[in-house]
Amino acid sequence: MNNFEYKQAGNTKNAIELINNTPDAAFVAGGTNLIDLWKYDLTHPSGLIDINHLNENAEITTLKDKKVRLGAAARNADTAYHPIIEGRYPLLSKAILAGASAQIRNMASNGGNLLQRTRCYYFYDADVPCNKREPGSGCPAKEGYNRIHAILGTSEECIAVFPSDMCIALAALEAVVNVSGPNGDRSIPFEDFHRLPGDRPDIDNTLGKGEIITSIDLPEEGFSEHYSYLKLRDRHSYAFALVSVATAFKLNGNVIESARIALGGVSHKPWRSIEAEAFLKDKEATAENFAAAADLILRGAKGFGSNDFKIQLAKKAIIRNGLMALNPESQLPGALPSA
Amino acid sequence: MKMDKNINVGQPISRLEGKQKVTGTAKYAAEYEVNNLLYAYVVNSTITKGKILSIDTSKALALPGVIEVLSHENRTKLAWFDVQYADMDAPPGTVFKPFYDENILYNGQPIALVVAESFEMARFAATQVTFQYKEEPFKTCLKDNLGLARTAKKGFATALKPPPPPPTGNFEKAYESAAAKVETTYSHGTEHHNPLELFATTTIYQGDGKLTIYDKTQGTINNQLYVANIFGLKYKNVRVLAPFVGGGFGSGLRPQYQLFLCVMAALHLKRNVKLVLERKQMFSFAHRPPTIQNLRFSADINGKLTGLNHSSKSETSSFEDYFEPIASWSHRLYPAPNTLFEQELVPLDVHTPLDMRAPGGSTALHAIECTMDELAYQLKIDPLELRLINYSEMDPSAKKPYTSKALRACYLEAAEKFGWDKRKPEPRSMERGNKLVGYGMATGIWDSLQFPSRVEAMINADGKMVLNNAVTDIGTGTLTVMTQIAADQLGLNMEDVDFQYGDSKKPFSMFQGGSAMTSSTGVAIVVAAKELRKKLLKKAKEMTDSPFKKAEDDQVTFQNGTIFLNSDPNTLVTFKELIAFNKGKTIKTTNMGKPHMLKLKNYSLATHSASFVEVEVDKDLGVVTVTRAVTAVAAGKIINPKTAKSQVYGSMVWGISKALHEETIMDPNLGKYMNSNLGEYHLPVHADIKQLEVIFADEPDELINELGVKGVGEIGLVGMPAAISNAIFHATGKRIYKLPIHFNELI
Repeated sequence: MNNFEYKQAGNTKNAIELINNTPDAAFVAGGTNLIDLWKYDLTHPSGLIDINHLNENAEITTLKDKKVRLGAAARNADTAYHPIIEGRYPLLSKAILAGASAQIRNMASNGGNLLQRTRCYYFYDADVPCNKREPGSGCPAKEGYNRIHAILGTSEECIAVFPSDMCIALAALEAVVNVSGPNGDRSIPFEDFHRLPGDRPDIDNTLGKGEIITSIDLPEEGFSEHYSYLKLRDRHSYAFALVSVATAFKLNGNVIESARIALGGVSHKPWRSIEAEAFLKDKEATAENFAAAADLILRGAKGFGSNDFKIQLAKKAIIRNGLMALNPESQLPGALPSA
Repeated sequence: MKMDKNINVGQPISRLEGKQKVTGTAKYAAEYEVNNLLYAYVVNSTITKGKILSIDTSKALALPGVIEVLSHENRTKLAWFDVQYADMDAPPGTVFKPFYDENILYNGQPIALVVAESFEMARFAATQVTFQYKEEPFKTCLKDNLGLARTAKKGFATALKPPPPPPTGNFEKAYESAAAKVETTYSHGTEHHNPLELFATTTIYQGDGKLTIYDKTQGTINNQLYVANIFGLKYKNVRVLAPFVGGGFGSGLRPQYQLFLCVMAALHLKRNVKLVLERKQMFSFAHRPPTIQNLRFSADINGKLTGLNHSSKSETSSFEDYFEPIASWSHRLYPAPNTLFEQELVPLDVHTPLDMRAPGGSTALHAIECTMDELAYQLKIDPLELRLINYSEMDPSAKKPYTSKALRACYLEAAEKFGWDKRKPEPRSMERGNKLVGYGMATGIWDSLQFPSRVEAMINADGKMVLNNAVTDIGTGTLTVMTQIAADQLGLNMEDVDFQYGDSKKPFSMFQGGSAMTSSTGVAIVVAAKELRKKLLKKAKEMTDSPFKKAEDDQVTFQNGTIFLNSDPNTLVTFKELIAFNKGKTIKTTNMGKPHMLKLKNYSLATHSASFVEVEVDKDLGVVTVTRAVTAVAAGKIINPKTAKSQVYGSMVWGISKALHEETIMDPNLGKYMNSNLGEYHLPVHADIKQLEVIFADEPDELINELGVKGVGEIGLVGMPAAISNAIFHATGKRIYKLPIHFNELI
């Protein structure tokens, strides 16, 4: 861990100035991922811009048009337990609480959650090749131990997965990411925020240089009647998802008016299939239809040996979580499968 | 000589140092802030095998505050002979010598040490040291290299870890003609000990070849001898202290490289040096070796075993033959006329494995007890019934009686508490909502050891007792238990007993391992206390007009810091008065406690256990939860049911971990471990642990030692992995022939 210059930003404008005037600088909010990466010698910024004091980004507020704005500096735990989120967007609340540990959720910021990096073993080991860390160096995960790796949207260069739980719910809810930068403000639909690895696996998302996430907007529809988050992992808490599913329905009787299904733990970004969601529209909410939707979502899925099981597991998880969404009470702490 | 027996022994007394530990005032090896301290940081090899061609330290040395970079190129002069590096737990072979030469023997090998004015600078400078290597092909995968298997070399360690006994009868013939037979192959992955406390050493350089060393270790004297031998120092000038140890589980049985390097830096620079390893470096030494076990068990139509065949191949390093008994355990439990046990090692380019809680036994009993389970289904005999059919009061392998064996009580009491009678015999026959429910059981057996130990015991002017012994307390409750034993021996309150430990300057103790400390140090306390009582009574007799003049040993009682006549309890003398009479001089004695080898050679010594487990497995998704577990342990006299229970709880959690979670992933293409952190090396968390119950079976043992104790540090783990595997089979009908079992394998 190298020496670095520490600067505290007073407001968003100041933060953007500082990041653009400090060579090789990084923002730090909760630091729950950045400090790890630094200690592992995977990142070594020479400047650190502390954005923990951007009070204008710390709140959760209802906007005029009934949308809800999540401040980027608000903590994950505060967001999950906020009455508006628990009441109108319980899917988001459940997904956040399925992630990390209580201590980490207390520190981690909402903006930072979107920017966390993969937990691929090979990425995390500075002494082995990794195209995400060092483009062109190779990807030992493909022939190595890839139990935790991607089955969808992979490339020759990279099979890493994006590790967030929160973002899987945000993808299902079609959130919008608001950013500010040297060229002003812009809004990025969630679908377009994270990217697939392609031939540039070193780039995780579409945030521009010197840009900062200021907030995340949730649309009015929160699917608070029928929703579920299911997370499958190697222990019951404090492990990243091997497969996770965020499911949300609007129902008319047992007929689906609209469906949202997003998968975590399977790709370089939260995985959605518009085709599958369209397929479910106006269909009965049954296990058979969820299975057919799962086949559409998983079309083209490909395993790399140790993670072959994820294809079948994801299908079963989509079906179960569909059934759980019909009865959200069936969700258990830790996003475990229904009893 | 009567003493107030068992006032404290047998009581569930909370750890005496508990408050210090939970309030953070207990000081561990990395927490000694001494003056003029330098900080050292280790650089580890990034290749698996080959040679270091050159080292560039210029960038690191140019950094402000960096004092020195040590490596094989500029290390201090070291001992010449391999034997001088061999610690008390060294297996046969050539012990690993840090910085010895340019050769790289395994990935993560320490190859340089940066010493700086601050920890942060040392850590950063370590990233600035660069190496040129010549890489060579390596072998790190057990299953791809079974062709290299060979028997283990014999050596000093073989005494405690004998090779399997020769065959008996004719196994092949018996197996061929048997009414029932099962053949299985089980593979286990690598595990790392991962005590919470990182390995660390603080070396205080005192000049004149004198060192005081705070070290994370399970053996203060082992490490004292190691340091003195290698660096050519006088034993009396090297003092190793470990007053608090944050878990060991076997990893501290041998001196680890941070001790070597920290001492080297301190001697070289003539300064105080501290060295703390990081979590990733905790994966660069000691581990439980991966194994592949083949078993064939045969039985007659009534379930009586007719043949036992167990063959094991396990990993060792290219330089030492680490051997833990695996193949021979089944015959210590079950009689069978035809047996065939074989065990081989596969040397690979890894660091040497090291004993990890119930080494060999937990590995072997998983395979044995799962194979027994399969046999039970084949014979349509209840798994518990099959164990009882094959129950042996004596050790069939050694053909000797056990000093005591309450395993039958373990089976019956645990089965009763668990509700085993509610089990439906067919697999996949019990359900609860979305979950399949399974019941499984298994047996545990573990060695009962006792090492020689010396204790100094004294009564001081304040009438209080002080005891000295070099043993550590690795979190097991040693301090508390020894204080209980000593207090009862002298008839004192526990507050008036000060057991001092964790210091190589104190009388001899072996390293803390093998579940052997309560027997080893405990018996030494009994022996020393007996002598101390004699001395006190003798002193009492010397007092003017002493009423004790004619008192025989059995006519007095030691109670509440006094000696009194049994015939007249009001005729007493306090310890304080005795010491005052002795002109204020302490009355003391130093004595050796040792196992009664001659008497015990006609017996087998073992602890036993029975574990019963309920699991729930999600029908669609395979997610496993160990919902209930009951473990009954027969381990002789339980000195402190609270600390003993904690040992067994910890072992049961470890059993869950071994069955479902723990594994270090070796990438054979890279020759290195990939999940070397506690985020990805999965230990169970609170959410994984549900209802656990511990029962101690009554097991009086007049033979084994003065206290009738056997040790509880490991036995609680031994049966758990098989009980869980068997419960999973019962729930799902799927037999998984490996550990850990991943939930997706159950879909």
